[in-house]
Amino acid sequence: MRTFRIGVARGLIELRQAFSGSELVNQLLWPVLTLVAIFFYRNREFRHTGIRLGGLVLPGVLGMFVALGMVLVIQYLTVEREDGTLLRARATPHGIRAYLVGKLVMTSGCVLAYLAILLVPGAFLVDGLRLGSVSSWFTLAWVVALGLVATQSVGAALGALVSSPRAAGLLTLPVMAVISISGVFYPITALPGWLQGIAQVFPVYWLGLGMRSALLPDGMASVELHHSWRHLETFGVLGAWAVAGLLIAPVVLRRMARRESGARVAAYREKALQRIG
Amino acid sequence: MNDGGEIVLDVDDLRMRYGTHDVLRGVTFQARRGEVLALLGPNGAGKTTTIEILEGFRTRSAGRVDVLGDDPAHGGEAWRARLGIVLQSWRDHGKWRVRELLAHLGSYYPDPWDASELIATVGLTEHADRQVRRLSGGQRRRLDVAIGMVGRPELLFLDEPTTGFDPEARREFHDIVLGLSRTGGTTVLLTTHDLAEAEKLADRIVVLDGGRIVADGTAAELADRIAGEDEVAWTLDGRRHVASTRDATRFVRALFAEHGDAVAGLAVRPSSLEDTYLALVRQAEGRA
Repeated sequence: MRTFRIGVARGLIELRQAFSGSELVNQLLWPVLTLVAIFFYRNREFRHTGIRLGGLVLPGVLGMFVALGMVLVIQYLTVEREDGTLLRARATPHGIRAYLVGKLVMTSGCVLAYLAILLVPGAFLVDGLRLGSVSSWFTLAWVVALGLVATQSVGAALGALVSSPRAAGLLTLPVMAVISISGVFYPITALPGWLQGIAQVFPVYWLGLGMRSALLPDGMASVELHHSWRHLETFGVLGAWAVAGLLIAPVVLRRMARRESGARVAAYREKALQRIG
Repeated sequence: MNDGGEIVLDVDDLRMRYGTHDVLRGVTFQARRGEVLALLGPNGAGKTTTIEILEGFRTRSAGRVDVLGDDPAHGGEAWRARLGIVLQSWRDHGKWRVRELLAHLGSYYPDPWDASELIATVGLTEHADRQVRRLSGGQRRRLDVAIGMVGRPELLFLDEPTTGFDPEARREFHDIVLGLSRTGGTTVLLTTHDLAEAEKLADRIVVLDGGRIVADGTAAELADRIAGEDEVAWTLDGRRHVASTRDATRFVRALFAEHGDAVAGLAVRPSSLEDTYLALVRQAEGRA
């Protein structure tokens, strides 16, 4: 319990660091660019349905940013293994556990901040969002909570398996590919069936769907696959990823932590300096 | 110099093998409470491997290791809280401020140092509110020592603490370590390939070479015990001679007995610890 408290304190300190000074620009860049993009094609119509893309895209984008928490966790883990943060945690009693709690708190905090940065101005840019009802906030809350657990636990497991920040960089390519077929920026029904099938294996599509179900009027479900918000399936797929992540992550993280040593960090440093030099 | 203290570090026939390569081939030594022990040896002697096994970061192949009453391979978090490890930091925690980081890391321990007090001890008071990434190399190393000390450890590990230091930073660092060992009952184990550093800081020096302990004692004892041969040079009938001997006195007496006053230009150079150590290093490099 004490470890958990220290971890939360750690996460909050890092969260504050991530949103202060020059860091703030980096943090705002992507959400703001995304808002600009939405602004420019908010009035385009989807297949003569009379439905404007802005309303469809904003919730999908919120789902995508939740999923991007996975990429953040992978990056933090690989970078901070290389720079010795994890070794420092290993040298401290309960350090690794507190480090991980801190990282998840920080990443969740960042994701929630992105959602706020997108949703608050977005609500003024885009017509027809359903923000006044309790049920939409309830749906939003469970989709976001389940999404954070699923994507970050899977991210932690992948981050432990990936050997370096360079490899983590490569890993963002398949993530981008999955995002591009997950109906974030354009309804998934526009894609061929086999791509729809692949997309439905991954959390991104379901996060987007869950967000649309929370924020759009029920009639809009007609644009979706099976003309339904499919809450049960959303819960099932996100829940399955969360369970898988929570089962695998501790095992691979323990293995990763066991292998850290001063000699290893010295070797990372050696390699990194050679690359620079 | 604490011969009566309890043994806090006990290493017996420690062995480490990677594949078919033996890095440690039966390392045995002990440290008593309050002692500053230097593990001295050339690069590749196995110092870092030894210290990482003692820190619980690496699993040994064979032998018995006891650190503060526990086997490091199974040391729990309470055990870890009694250790301090001075890591060679590089760029971790770059966004953290000095005081913030020490206060945070202290919160993991039952009885931590007060952050400001510790910062003053290592001479970083002026930089307490700076971001870690804005510190100079020497300042960062002082922070590393402070982090190692923050939990008031019974046993402090320092692996090659002054590698890459300029002489000024090295001297400051030595003063900090000497201050620590004088004030508390902290036992210190440091590794170094620098003989002068070992002589300056350590109560006792253990020389590691090729995965074996080749000498163990105070600097004076080492110079005496492992000493090698003194060098005697003289001129006889216009020719210069040089000889090595274990006992220069006896050798010179015999020389005069044989040649009397014909011996000229006599010079005796006793072997120094440095000679012995350099010979060890050369040996090790010859093998590599």
